Amino acid sequence: MTPHAPTQGSTIIRVCTGSGCAMNGSLEVADAFEAAIAQAGANDSVRVVRTGCHGMCGSGPIVTVAPDGVFYPKVTLDRVTRIVERLVADGGYVSEFLFRPAEDAEPIVHYADVPFNAAQRRIVLRRCGVVDPEDIDDALALGAYDGLRKALETLDPDSLIEQVKASGLRGRGGAGFLTGQKWRFTRDASGEVKYVICNADEGDPGAFMDRSVIESDPHSVLEGMAIAAYAIGAHEGYVYVRAEYPLAVKRLRIAIAQAEEKGFLGEDILGSGFCFEVKVREGAGAFVCGEETALIASIEGKRGMPKVRPPFPATSGLWGKPTCINNVETLANIAWIVVEGAEAYASIGTGDSKGTKVFALTGKVRYSGLVEVPMGMTVRDLVYGIGGGCAEGRDCKAVQIGGPSGGCLPFELLDTLIEYEALTEVGAIVGSGGMVVVDHETCMVDFARYFLTFTQEESCGKCIPCRIGTKRMLEIVTRITEGEGQEGDIEKLEKLARDVKNASLCGLGQTAPNPMLTTIHYFREEYEEHIRSRYCRAGACTALSHYVIDAGLCKGCAVCKKHCPVGAIWGELKQPHTISAERCIKCGACVEHCPFNAIKRV
Amino acid sequence: MTQAPAQIITLTIDGLPLEARAGQTVLEVCRENGIQIPTLCHDPRLEPYGACRLCIVQIEGVRGFPTSCTTRVAEGMSVTTNSPEIADLRRSIVELLLSDHELRCLSCDSAGACALQDIAYEFGIEESPYTGERHRVREGQDDNDLIERDYSKCILCGRCVRICHEVQGCDVVGYTDRGFEAIPNTPYALSLEAAGCEFCGQCVSTCPVGALTDKPSRYQGRVWETTRVESICGYCGVGCTVEYHVKDGRIISTGAPIGRGVNGGNLCAKGRYGWSFTHSPDRLTAPLVRRDGKLVEVTWDEAVRVVADNLARIRDEHGPGAVGGLASAKCTNEENYLFQKLLRTAIGTHNIDHCARL
Repeated sequence: MTPHAPTQGSTIIRVCTGSGCAMNGSLEVADAFEAAIAQAGANDSVRVVRTGCHGMCGSGPIVTVAPDGVFYPKVTLDRVTRIVERLVADGGYVSEFLFRPAEDAEPIVHYADVPFNAAQRRIVLRRCGVVDPEDIDDALALGAYDGLRKALETLDPDSLIEQVKASGLRGRGGAGFLTGQKWRFTRDASGEVKYVICNADEGDPGAFMDRSVIESDPHSVLEGMAIAAYAIGAHEGYVYVRAEYPLAVKRLRIAIAQAEEKGFLGEDILGSGFCFEVKVREGAGAFVCGEETALIASIEGKRGMPKVRPPFPATSGLWGKPTCINNVETLANIAWIVVEGAEAYASIGTGDSKGTKVFALTGKVRYSGLVEVPMGMTVRDLVYGIGGGCAEGRDCKAVQIGGPSGGCLPFELLDTLIEYEALTEVGAIVGSGGMVVVDHETCMVDFARYFLTFTQEESCGKCIPCRIGTKRMLEIVTRITEGEGQEGDIEKLEKLARDVKNASLCGLGQTAPNPMLTTIHYFREEYEEHIRSRYCRAGACTALSHYVIDAGLCKGCAVCKKHCPVGAIWGELKQPHTISAERCIKCGACVEHCPFNAIKRV
Repeated sequence: MTQAPAQIITLTIDGLPLEARAGQTVLEVCRENGIQIPTLCHDPRLEPYGACRLCIVQIEGVRGFPTSCTTRVAEGMSVTTNSPEIADLRRSIVELLLSDHELRCLSCDSAGACALQDIAYEFGIEESPYTGERHRVREGQDDNDLIERDYSKCILCGRCVRICHEVQGCDVVGYTDRGFEAIPNTPYALSLEAAGCEFCGQCVSTCPVGALTDKPSRYQGRVWETTRVESICGYCGVGCTVEYHVKDGRIISTGAPIGRGVNGGNLCAKGRYGWSFTHSPDRLTAPLVRRDGKLVEVTWDEAVRVVADNLARIRDEHGPGAVGGLASAKCTNEENYLFQKLLRTAIGTHNIDHCARL
């Protein structure tokens, strides 16, 4: 399904109102479109749909026009009238507002032809950016709840589970456990009362896959939950969603109410006799609550602390009952699998990694945003083909895959396939889908420190290796970035990393050392430079660099002197200036303001 | 009621074929069979928790290092409780703990009875190779006379939190903050009293280190200077097994041996802290009878005669209804039975009551 397919009516202007575009003013843009359409007297033929996220968040506010699929990035209020006037006049487009891959390149008219979109395969995001997430009819027109209907009318729970197993779908939350198998365990667990939980406690820095899916197409998740509930024999479900996702929470509540009203949730669903009720629980912002046992504790009203497994939630979960916990993205795949068949899903991807995976592509990449690609694509194709490579044509230095639990791949390994096993082999993980691209301006030691700071702060404190081990690792790596590294620090870090990985209670601690281990593995020389030469090649570690003024380039304009907050720069007017290394606080204000690029960080 | 005998499971631990009962944990089976596994967060009175990670073992066919305290035995299971890898991880865990522990063992009341000290000794750790920040400890507001809290020594085993919740059902303390700063505390860091603490001291009894100690016994005697005298608590008819810690003929603190008696190691506030009367100068050590306005020491026979004469006199002069009897919960059932019999037959009254009704 592409965003230029019509839902109802003929001409539709789709304005993205996902969090990213809304922050960039898309709500006002949508209002302006409606006003402009009314002004042009085109209310009968043109209509505005406020959609969820398209994924190309770096180019928002995004507007597409159906049925032709004309694509306008970065639509500001002043562009609205001209777009509408042209549309109403002859159905055409305003070419100067179209997307251009480079400033001097030819514009690309259609959404589907934009490189960012062309290589994607959208299953999870099939209706994202297309439908109005607050209008169930919009979703229904594009097949929402067809999967639930098919499951209830034609499949018994056992064959449904077999289908999901045969599809090869694995949990998209990070661990990659076979979804059908999890359903089988929960169905087979003894007990009358069972639960389905949707894990929407997305917490990786830079990851927003689950938020976007819920904000853009909440029905795909609810439908997946209802199908899962039917399969395992549950009548009650919870969506555990971060309270920091207010828009997702709001749209979820609207979607639940609308689905109940239409009979897709609640009593006697679609006349089948099957009942299923969904409740929303808002998480209070602890990363560890994404871990399933901590999440369950949190729903139960307890402190979100992981428990040792087994018993797994499939046998003893919420309130001690068998519970199936699936991630948002996993659930959003389900209806598609039921409708299109397990074979269709299994035909996408490779080996043990079937279907597609959504990634939040961020960092030093030209086109950042949300992308869904078939499993088995290379990381290079994703970063360069879809993301357009690094900004300003620089080479990408490394890609961090899997967020703070993942690992980083150096440039040389970008041909690694996006597959569970292939990524694990090189020290990264598919994870929940965070993908951060960095270039030579990023110090890999500092980069590892950043992720460790996050996991350290988010450790629940229950087990010793995670609570104290990550703290000591962070202290050592911080020392290294501050130029106080000592011989033996790298070995100490490696030892601690292994111990924390092996001895921690839950996935948080077991994976927290990954960024450190992979950066040491692939960029050991950077660590050594920091320790032995007190040198940071990226110039990112403030303690290891200082600013100098190139006397040949300096015109003595004194702009730097004016902006220096601590008076560390002196010099005669029209004479080359000098920076006092002692007084300089390395804020970088001088570099930012120098009109002649005469100041360098060395 | 007869219980069906537990299913017997056979398994191998360190190459030794062993039998266990279904439902037992690997740790329980090891301890029953004299196989040593270090623990810090384990207390048989509490649910398995798996936080300290010291009891890790290796199990054939199981990934990584599962904790023996949380792993139930299974037929044919093959467990290794000590290997160079396990020993190395355990050592590392203790080294990490020591790097965040206030090493004031010289004046710590738990010295000699401290699980961390024992484990560090066992591993021969003189000093942690890790140094760094120590967890922040909020200023306490405690002005109670019984429980000393020093969270700079806390190892976050969660035993105090869990015993307060699982055994006492009081939830006076819970975890506050998270990560490195996580610490057990009362809600809003209130004083224990304000948080509803009944001062049963169960938290003190389970604390494996010196973070929670008894105030009355502070600096009164080292563990190795005391003799442990098992007794029955005289406070009520439950008859809890207690263990008095005695130094130089004086009780300095009280505990309850784990797994012994009706209380299985648990005590209430009276049993744990209500022993100061034993050494009180005001304590009655012989019967006294008031003569000419003064209390005079007499023999038991004399004292009983005074009481009997007076009871008989009152009964005769004013009738049996003028006499009432109030028995003590400190007496046994049998003593209480005899007491009511005395009042009903010798005095002839039904005016009998018991302090446990209060």
